[in-house]
Amino acid sequence: MKLQTATRLGLYATLELAREPDRTLSSGDLAERFGVSSHHLAKVLRTLSAAGLVQGGRGATGGYRFIGNRRRTTLMDIVALFEPAPGQRAKEPGEDTDIGGALQRVLTEIDEIAEATLRSISLETMLKPAR
Amino acid sequence: MIAIRPAQASDLKAISALDARLTGLDKPTYWQEMLAPERHFLVAETDKGVLAGFIAGEVRAWEFGQPAAGWVFAIQIDPKIRQRGVGSQLFEAIIARFKEEGVTHVRTLVDRKDHLILSFFRAQGMVAGPSLQLDMDLS
Repeated sequence: MKLQTATRLGLYATLELAREPDRTLSSGDLAERFGVSSHHLAKVLRTLSAAGLVQGGRGATGGYRFIGNRRRTTLMDIVALFEPAPGQRAKEPGEDTDIGGALQRVLTEIDEIAEATLRSISLETMLKPAR
Repeated sequence: MIAIRPAQASDLKAISALDARLTGLDKPTYWQEMLAPERHFLVAETDKGVLAGFIAGEVRAWEFGQPAAGWVFAIQIDPKIRQRGVGSQLFEAIIARFKEEGVTHVRTLVDRKDHLILSFFRAQGMVAGPSLQLDMDLS
């Protein structure tokens, strides 16, 4: 499964901040930790903030902290902030043909399994130490 | 306080009623068959003797070509008592019994649209297994 860069950064940032909800980290701290662009991450953090998952970030060095619910927030909640919803996907050329339709049914099956998996894993479950 | 113990014939009425309330399907014969000695059928009971939930499973070898593993067939918790760890207690109890039988894996099948139960098993540490379930409509 291929996730857009913003989605991956959103997952990284949310999970890192949710690991210790009392801790504040700047977009620069998070960017350094994951070896990614601070500029790109700052944009992602604004989306997470608008969704009520993180708070903060005032000024160039302002830090963010997690304010969501670790038990109730799933990976899908974060993915859905950055990826187009399945129903809003633009139609691909050839999809109206019988072969295109058959291929689309297979891809939809894969998407449904991926979505069920992402929806079943809460941040709390992700952050649990491996058994 | 919740106690876990093996299900008995006298529990079947309450088990069947709880399951029917949650699934909309009454299947008393199915639950009766779960009392077979080779199966692990456990109930969680409140200190007032009220059914809080149940779990059912069995160790099966070579199902679908897989070596022996503990299979969880069903788990139901009274919605009034959810979020208090009853499901986890039942899951841990059946796992202990599976381990006593010498198996090292536990398996189950879950409706992929049932996010509640999928999340529960994920939170217990379960991940996607080696098999992929396939289906065909014969109507």
